[in-house]
Amino acid sequence: MQLDTALQLLRQAGHDLPEGTPGSEPWLQSLIDSLVDMSSRDALTGLANRRSFELALAREIDRVARAGEPALLLALDIDHFKSVNDTHGHASGDLVLKAVAKALLECVRPMDMVARVGGEEFAIVMPNCPATFGETVAERVRRRIEAMPVSIGLAQQIQVSVSIGGAFAPQWVRSSPALWIERADIQLYRAKAEGRNRVCLEPSAVSVVSAEEKALLFGISQFQDLE
Amino acid sequence: MNAAPGKAPSSTGKARPPTARARITAVTSGKGGVGKTFVSVNLAAALARQGRRVLVLDADLGLANLDVMLDLAPKITLHDVFTGKSSLEDAILPAPGGFSALLAGSGMVEYSRMTPEVRDQLLKVIETVAPRYDHVILDTGAGISDVVLYAVSLADEVLVVVTPEPTSMTDAYATIKVLAATQSRSLVKVVVNQTRRHGEGRAVCLQLQHVVDRFVNTGRSVPVRLDLMGQVPLDIAVRDSVLRRQLLMEALPGSPAALAVAAVATRLLD
Repeated sequence: MQLDTALQLLRQAGHDLPEGTPGSEPWLQSLIDSLVDMSSRDALTGLANRRSFELALAREIDRVARAGEPALLLALDIDHFKSVNDTHGHASGDLVLKAVAKALLECVRPMDMVARVGGEEFAIVMPNCPATFGETVAERVRRRIEAMPVSIGLAQQIQVSVSIGGAFAPQWVRSSPALWIERADIQLYRAKAEGRNRVCLEPSAVSVVSAEEKALLFGISQFQDLE
Repeated sequence: MNAAPGKAPSSTGKARPPTARARITAVTSGKGGVGKTFVSVNLAAALARQGRRVLVLDADLGLANLDVMLDLAPKITLHDVFTGKSSLEDAILPAPGGFSALLAGSGMVEYSRMTPEVRDQLLKVIETVAPRYDHVILDTGAGISDVVLYAVSLADEVLVVVTPEPTSMTDAYATIKVLAATQSRSLVKVVVNQTRRHGEGRAVCLQLQHVVDRFVNTGRSVPVRLDLMGQVPLDIAVRDSVLRRQLLMEALPGSPAALAVAAVATRLLD
């Protein structure tokens, strides 16, 4: 066993060290609990990491398929984050990531999960979020970040923004975490393409067929000689 | 698992390798009145003729007309199974055409909205019948309700019935779009009903695929592909058989529409 390394890792991550007699069963249990907690979190921001995010997503899909409660997945990306790093340095970039993480936690409910899923990518899983609330909730998150100055030095503050894409889990239906993430990501790309610092949710009424789609469905000559 | 070894049913229609679990096909359409139930029951009869044990389940829990189509007046229905009044065994009826039918009954309107209870009941019924048949056909309701979507999500494959009319094509497209968005389904089987000329089925399917490629498949890692199972010609024999409340496959098995449905059955098993 690499107990020394484990204790070192916990100390470095700022975790409480296990109490009691070293090597005893309660001591080991407490050590394992701390290690589990540490391995499900992102080291920099303290948010859930990608691993625990995917577990939460699978759990949520089970719940939606069973109980039919709508759930919203938001995919967020800090706009122009690379230029923050390039202009102000990586230490400042880290401060931005931490500030965004903190702000995200402050504007969601305790039951929601906020995760850092990549470099400057975050995700929020919102169980039991009615479809009609989606836009409001996502917009509140976007505005919160937009209005937040980040201190990166003694007298220096910068402003960042996020692009947000969102998709609801299909109610009653057993989907997959991969497909749900893909759907939210498609909306995130749309938000980026439409100019960033905005929210794009997957239209909930996907069953509506647009005029454009109808035009393509019937606009081709092979159907004109039908009658 | 769709274990169906589709080829070569014996001429007596008896020899059949045992399969562990039925292949479940959901038949849906978006728009009502395009022949969804007609396709379901005649497909069931055609599969039964090929020696397969088939059950048609009325998954249109609200406004079913499978009973009308099959001229059955069941005393015991899914409703009684759901409420615990009867056993599932007692609700399964022999239908004309050599297959079994599980009907919803008109008292099912209360189940036309999806609740955890309906979900569990339907799942339980399907899990119970699946090991006993080679093929289970879920005849879903019209529209794109959550009950329809749920029933489709339980199936191994989905068969969309569409006619060459613009309203039917629009609704079939909407159905495919919703299925693509909400279920990880990349293959949709298509039957084009009431065609008026040779090749029309192919044209309808290609047209749908064209719009799906343009509006649904962009940005998807796994594109949705439509697979044409066949076209069923507009045939006066269909109307005659429905009016006489007889199964076309039984009454007029040599009619063009019946032959076309039989070809769909063969194609489905390929």
